[in-house]
Amino acid sequence: MLRFLARRTLGAIVILLLISAITFFLFFALPAEPARLACGKNCDPTSLAIINKNLGLDQPVPVQYAKFMVGIFVGRDFAVGHCDAPCFGYSFVSQEPVWGTIVDRFPTTLSLAVGGAAVFLVFGVGIGMIAAWRRGTWVDKFVSSLSLLGASMQIYFVGVLCLAWFVSGLGIMEQPAYHSVTDNPAKWFSGMLLPWLVLSLIFMANYSRMTRSQMVEQLQEDHVRTARAKGLSGRTVFFRYAWRGAIAPIVTIFGIDLGSLFGGAMVTEYTFTLHGIGRLAVESVQLTDLPMLMGVMLVSAAAIVVFNILVDAAYAFIDPRVRLA
Amino acid sequence: MTSPSQTGVVEKAAPAAEGGAPPGLAPRQLMWRRFRRDRTGMVSAGVVLFFFLVALLAPLISTLYGKDPYTTYGLDRPELLDPLTGYPMKPNGGIDGEFWFGIEPKLGRDVLMQLVYGIRTSLLIGLAATVLSTVTGIVIGVVAGYMGGRTDYFLGRLIDLLLSFPQQLFFVAFMPVVTALFVSPQKETPTYFRVTALVLVLWLLGWMQLARLLRGQVLSLREREFVEAAKVTGASPWRIVRKELLPNLGTPILVQATLMLPNFVTTEAALSFLGVGMVEPTPDWGRMFAKGANFYEGDITYMFFPGIAMVVFVVAFNLLGDSVRDAMDPKTTR
Repeated sequence: MLRFLARRTLGAIVILLLISAITFFLFFALPAEPARLACGKNCDPTSLAIINKNLGLDQPVPVQYAKFMVGIFVGRDFAVGHCDAPCFGYSFVSQEPVWGTIVDRFPTTLSLAVGGAAVFLVFGVGIGMIAAWRRGTWVDKFVSSLSLLGASMQIYFVGVLCLAWFVSGLGIMEQPAYHSVTDNPAKWFSGMLLPWLVLSLIFMANYSRMTRSQMVEQLQEDHVRTARAKGLSGRTVFFRYAWRGAIAPIVTIFGIDLGSLFGGAMVTEYTFTLHGIGRLAVESVQLTDLPMLMGVMLVSAAAIVVFNILVDAAYAFIDPRVRLA
Repeated sequence: MTSPSQTGVVEKAAPAAEGGAPPGLAPRQLMWRRFRRDRTGMVSAGVVLFFFLVALLAPLISTLYGKDPYTTYGLDRPELLDPLTGYPMKPNGGIDGEFWFGIEPKLGRDVLMQLVYGIRTSLLIGLAATVLSTVTGIVIGVVAGYMGGRTDYFLGRLIDLLLSFPQQLFFVAFMPVVTALFVSPQKETPTYFRVTALVLVLWLLGWMQLARLLRGQVLSLREREFVEAAKVTGASPWRIVRKELLPNLGTPILVQATLMLPNFVTTEAALSFLGVGMVEPTPDWGRMFAKGANFYEGDITYMFFPGIAMVVFVVAFNLLGDSVRDAMDPKTTR
């Protein structure tokens, strides 16, 4: 187990290094002058030179990359001052440190991801299991067509409709906003409720489809038939035997989804004006704030990679046949 | 999947029997026959076809309907829009006999024409990205699977690397990079270039799933007798790929491509919704959602047409994908 984790972590570090290098070189090497992007539309040569000097953009790109990577681990000195250990540089636009901004925005994304994931996992898997339990009946058909419809919905459509109907129209839901959990849990809950529901609506469909097909497959397996033949109750067979087998692929997908949600749910955050990582990414793209984008990109990639490892480790617990060596 | 040996036999038998009695149906004909019997499949194929026709015939629709997507009717004729709020005077987003789907708030453009031309833009981008990704996926997957060894290893790692990129974020982040690469920031980005950039970005991260799938298929196919037989008779690798492998990969390719297209269309729409895809004044499906999100408090009707059109499009495509799979591979149970 330990050896497996060590190997996977090493692999993850290599992947993250590659992603950081590719991203960095694309961002900073390709556009003729990144400082010009930082400088805006009306820009004179003197201010360009100052920006270049302050941000170290006058050096060759590999040197810049090396300094950037070293800065992440030990901190870095800029002309404007020292930047502490996880240093991703300063925003071109707000001049704020990138890491500080990301840390600021993270609780919103975390709340959205955890809450949304809880809703879609419980309901998605639950609905899928009901459909499998009642396979072939009207319940199954109804749930299946509902899932198909749900999977075809887009957050930027459903989300805005919900805002119009439930928030502005009927006023039964609060305007989505992030309030700190520790300050006011009730406000936090009511502010995040609509984003959770809309986000999970889209995912729920996928999960119920997948759960259903996995369960249906598992219920035809030999060991399930044997369990039935032994005279075990339908419930035991369903939950103890079939479900155990069906859960592994669901965990895989869930890990991947959760990882990408931690990196920011861009469309959801943008639709509901939540100031999380995803919205930060969109804003920095709109303002061509390259250091910020670079920081967000690395944090998101790290989230995905870390969750991939967790999923693989979880596999060993769920499915004893999988040996991690 | 139709079994490879069967495919080979039927295809080789067909020319010989041409003159005489019908030799039975080719796999393709069997597929078509199964597909035609599937009512859901036929209906969804019709819906999908309808969307493509709308996109293709947009200029004709514009002529017949007598309006275009750029003219600001509301500004030219002040009686159409409320001068204070900019929302349409008539209820339900200004729907009437003249403006079938209503008019856009503020600018007063025709919603039907916006949608028709928007579908045209989005489908063009989605289709181009699908074709490019499918071709890339086929080439890389078949090369990796057939060559094996070191080539396979490196292509496999490349796929792994690209799959661990945060995909959505990558799409959003690289749009300005690709744009800045060719157009200096001071200049206006031309429309055709934005389209190209979107296609490039979607293509870059769109081909890996298909490549990985095909690699696996080729790995098992190349050990089969009929490939070995072809090798023994001295067929060149190119001929083996073309005549022995590709015909057997038709099912996964077609199924994956039908999954890819709606994915690309919705991703493109999401990008435009986020403001990094197509921009004014080019009509675009996704950009209509961005507009609609601004107006939702005053005029939700505007959002309905692009929204419902997109739901119908994606549902039809998903159903079509299922039906294609069923028709090509009757063994699968759903």
